[in-house]
Amino acid sequence: MQERTQRPLERPVAASPAHEACAGHHDHGDGGAAASGAAPSALASLRGVSLAIGGRKILDGISLDIGAQEIVTVIGPNGAGKTTLIRVLLGLQAPDAGEIWRSEGLVVGYAPQRFDIDKSIPMTVARFVAMGRVSASNTDIADALKEVGAAKLEERQISELSGGELQRVILARAIVRKPALLILDEPVRGVDYSGEAELYTLIGALRSDHGMGVLLVSHDLHVVMAQSDRVICLNRHICCSGVPQSVAQHPEYARLFGSQTARALGVYLHHHDHRHDLSGVPEPARPRVAGRIPPE
Amino acid sequence: MGEPFVMRALLAGLGLAVIAAPLGCFVMWRRMAYYGETVAQSGLIGIAVGLGLSLNLTLSVLVVTLAVSGLLLVLGRQKLVPLDSVLGILAHSALALGVIVASLVRGPQVDLMAFLFGDIFAVTTADLQWVLIGGLAALVAVLGIWRPLLALSLHEDLAAAEGVPVERVKLVFMLVLALVVAIAIKIVGVLLTIAFLIIPAAAARPLSETPEQMAFFAAIFGMLSVAMGLFVSISIDAPGGPSIVLVLSILFLSSILPSVLRQIAR
Repeated sequence: MQERTQRPLERPVAASPAHEACAGHHDHGDGGAAASGAAPSALASLRGVSLAIGGRKILDGISLDIGAQEIVTVIGPNGAGKTTLIRVLLGLQAPDAGEIWRSEGLVVGYAPQRFDIDKSIPMTVARFVAMGRVSASNTDIADALKEVGAAKLEERQISELSGGELQRVILARAIVRKPALLILDEPVRGVDYSGEAELYTLIGALRSDHGMGVLLVSHDLHVVMAQSDRVICLNRHICCSGVPQSVAQHPEYARLFGSQTARALGVYLHHHDHRHDLSGVPEPARPRVAGRIPPE
Repeated sequence: MGEPFVMRALLAGLGLAVIAAPLGCFVMWRRMAYYGETVAQSGLIGIAVGLGLSLNLTLSVLVVTLAVSGLLLVLGRQKLVPLDSVLGILAHSALALGVIVASLVRGPQVDLMAFLFGDIFAVTTADLQWVLIGGLAALVAVLGIWRPLLALSLHEDLAAAEGVPVERVKLVFMLVLALVVAIAIKIVGVLLTIAFLIIPAAAARPLSETPEQMAFFAAIFGMLSVAMGLFVSISIDAPGGPSIVLVLSILFLSSILPSVLRQIAR
């Protein structure tokens, strides 16, 4: 693995850089990445990252950039390599080929899936959040919890929290690090659509208030965060990428979800020029059906 | 009650309770009870070989527990046989090998029961020194890696992403566990060592709100059980180690009872 850091980057003050809508492109999308070299404003970049575990290809030639203040949503079916992609980005797993670039001194806030947090350890919420940063003061902890709407939970035991509460507390631990890049692994798994919309609104606020870049992973192939600047459909390789359409634009959906919820949710239309066979290997093009999802 | 062998038993037991408490908490949090059991049972090989070659038993046990820890690390990497099955295979193979080697050892007849269940009243001054010095080293090491070990017990990848040197911390923990198991085997035996590690921690869990509290209560429960267990043992002439473990089990049941009742009442 070649890993190197870029020169320090200036954080763009303006809102997220404009991205060409990729919907309609149907190449083997490269996640919006330039052909070579990291995009100058990227917080983190992958270039041609491939990884096989136990002889099975998990990631195949993945290139993507996450820009400052940009929200990138990665969607894909189970086994598509989403969590592996996160592990590679976090530097926890070295790829077989390809490069990982991170801007110098990049602070990452990582929010893993809530189901994986061990609850046999007695611990208050405040202590759990404090573990995110050694130097976190009580005020920092209280602020982080307030920010995610979990101020009241400070003295509760993590073992007693509901799923939604724990998800917020995990998010608080990530943001107490004051990260420039937030990496969220399936934050809406097991959450209903109104809860999902609430979390998306919260994540959107974190981006606009603190200028964090966000990489969000989800297994929902159709309903995504409306504020995503880019949606990347992953199934070992990048199948397609593009921008979501707001659910709120569709009156039917708006009625279905309720207008408040519909504003936060987006739909993503896939544009694939290939299919995956049962073992996940891409097959050549077939008559294309817009919105078709890649079979597992 | 004031006889020297009783005092030695009491001191060794109390010391072990203090050392075992924080370590036992981590064994429970990291779901390593069966791992610890396997390492402990392999200790019998160390005892048998140590007796055969007239080595220091704690040292020969330590060599074997370390070797088995390393073997587990390697065997745990393959994916065809799950780790709990690997542990089951190794635990019983080690026990079988230990019993066979012990039966082959010539010289003074080996009291297998004493090594399987410990003979706390046979603790020597040298054993006490091991508890004191080895135990102190183990305690210092655990306190030294307390925070990172806690972080990776909560979530390994999260800890790694936050900068914890996961592999190094896990290695230190593995070494300390092998050391404490080696010390404990002489006192509470191959089969009861892990009980001595996890039951105090488990009994402490329902009462605790912080990890440190849990380690503290575990130490209290451990010491209480040693004192009460030795008293029971002397009073009714029962074996020492099993008496202590039985007292521990009663403490655990009383501690967990309220939460069990709460669940049933739902």
